[in-house]
Amino acid sequence: MSETLALSRIPLDQYAELLGASEIEELRALAKPLRGRSIEMINSTAVGGGVAEILNRLVPLAEELEINIKWDVMKGGEDFFEVTKSFHNALHGAPYHASPKDFEIFLAYSERNRATLPLDAEFVVIHDPQPTGLIETRPPGANHWVWRCHIDLSHPNRTVWDFLEKFVSRYDCALFSSPEFSRQLPIPQYLFYPAIDPLSEKNCDLDPQFVSQVLGRYQIDPQRTILTQISRFDRLKDPVGVIRAYRIVKRYFDCQLVLAGGSASDDPEGAMVLKEVLREADCDPDIKVLELPAWAPLEVNALQRAATVVIQKSLREGFGLTVSEALWKKKPVVASAVGGIPVQIIHKHTGLLAHSVEGTAYQIRFLLSRPEIATKLGEQGHQHVKENFLITQKLRRYLTLFLTLARGS
Amino acid sequence: MNAAETPFEFVTVSYLTRIGNQSAGTLAELLTGLEHCSDASIFHHTFQTLGSHHFLTDGFSNDFAQWALSDTNRNDLAEQLAALDIRDYVSIAALRSDLCRVVGEYCAAYPNFASQSALERFYFCESVEVTAPLGRNARTLDEFREGIEHLSHSGFYFHFISSRLRLQLRTNDFSHWLADGLGLKSLAQSVDHIDIYTNTLDSARAKLIRLIDREGRKA
Repeated sequence: MSETLALSRIPLDQYAELLGASEIEELRALAKPLRGRSIEMINSTAVGGGVAEILNRLVPLAEELEINIKWDVMKGGEDFFEVTKSFHNALHGAPYHASPKDFEIFLAYSERNRATLPLDAEFVVIHDPQPTGLIETRPPGANHWVWRCHIDLSHPNRTVWDFLEKFVSRYDCALFSSPEFSRQLPIPQYLFYPAIDPLSEKNCDLDPQFVSQVLGRYQIDPQRTILTQISRFDRLKDPVGVIRAYRIVKRYFDCQLVLAGGSASDDPEGAMVLKEVLREADCDPDIKVLELPAWAPLEVNALQRAATVVIQKSLREGFGLTVSEALWKKKPVVASAVGGIPVQIIHKHTGLLAHSVEGTAYQIRFLLSRPEIATKLGEQGHQHVKENFLITQKLRRYLTLFLTLARGS
Repeated sequence: MNAAETPFEFVTVSYLTRIGNQSAGTLAELLTGLEHCSDASIFHHTFQTLGSHHFLTDGFSNDFAQWALSDTNRNDLAEQLAALDIRDYVSIAALRSDLCRVVGEYCAAYPNFASQSALERFYFCESVEVTAPLGRNARTLDEFREGIEHLSHSGFYFHFISSRLRLQLRTNDFSHWLADGLGLKSLAQSVDHIDIYTNTLDSARAKLIRLIDREGRKA
């Protein structure tokens, strides 16, 4: 049986205050032909991670539109999750030597879950590689199966992808976060952006007093320029490169740098990266390296709102939703042109893209010397997020997908 | 009050973006892509993108122009591509032909630039359209005004921008109905003259409502 999931319920009408009543009315119009029809979302974790976070918001909103939607979580033992974690990294391009045993474990858990999950909804949406094998016993043409891939498949490990591709090719369509992540497949592939919730603690409006308190807690001076990157301590987020860019900017502008991310205590690689970051920071009192407890959404929100410029200098990126979070707060963003970032940052329109430490520093200097351009980019970035990267837009995209699939049949 | 025999029916639209199999890493490859991509792809990168980026009113016109600017650094080509006004086209074939002409002439004039690698590849995508009736219609100018006030961006885009292809006329749904349904030809023309490149969908709607109010005061 599926797990009972505690969902965050925010009525659709609350979004109308932010987006306009007509947007919500039109969601209802699009959903009308889908009323009472069944949808099953399946992923591999009920808590933690972006997929669970999105489903937690999306499912109740779809229910409010009178769609018969349920969210089931696939069950697996430690051995299964060890294998799928390796698959995940391998699909991102990390070196990996898969053994036949790994594939056996994957197949065994797929079979076990097929016996317990209903899989009988009109639309079955499978999230990420872990539950991909559930399609194995799908009766031909019985219902619609959708594979939603949240990871970057642009340079996958060949062995792992060849194994998964056999399953993916049997779906009715696949959804990717960027065209770059898609593969040559015999099924239609659609662009589906991840989304942020404007009413969540990470993105909702904050009392300026709370923002001041957070800055005070970390000894950040609100009167001086603040450059901020929010991301876990991971080499792919290039925190050391951010410090180097800050040092170049510092030659021209008095500024502080905030590098904030989740605690690295339970992540050996994160702890190592944190050490490298502290070494690079070299006790500079204007560099604040903050390990936030379990991401502390309200604090992240406050730090983003207090920033003069937000940086996302990733070397590789899935989608990089922290960019959308900053844009939603009307912040000027300087980010690397990798992964899904160029979808969010339309260069010179909704932010500035860079390709190196020097380029990042230059774009930050440009924004600091032209605050009117920084303001405009922030405003336009906010509009871009409002039109494309909010949870309500994601719901709209799903409705459109289901209507398209139903029309096709 | 003048009432139309055939009511104006308000509709909303929603798009899925289908990822195509073609991409381009140089201007020469962009030309090949333009020659061979589907009509839905040309629509997506011109008409649809104008709607989804309506809030950018300073220099954003279509995806091809934006890519030429930001990823190949060819400002002059970007300007020429941006200058193609979708209001001048009632068929995708004609728009495709002009896009190919502009890129083709540029590649011929600057063969070195034609083969230069872009910073990021251009991915050809397609729009898949789903429409839904909003259950509202208008027979009079007042009802029409009210309906427009309550349209979302998508609904407004559908009637004001993408309608040109559907109608196969150099006009939009609103102007078409104002002229044919209510016989307000001059108002219809003024509405059609609202610039969709220098206005956001919100400011275009505000202008449209001002024009309707002005017409209402005449009556």
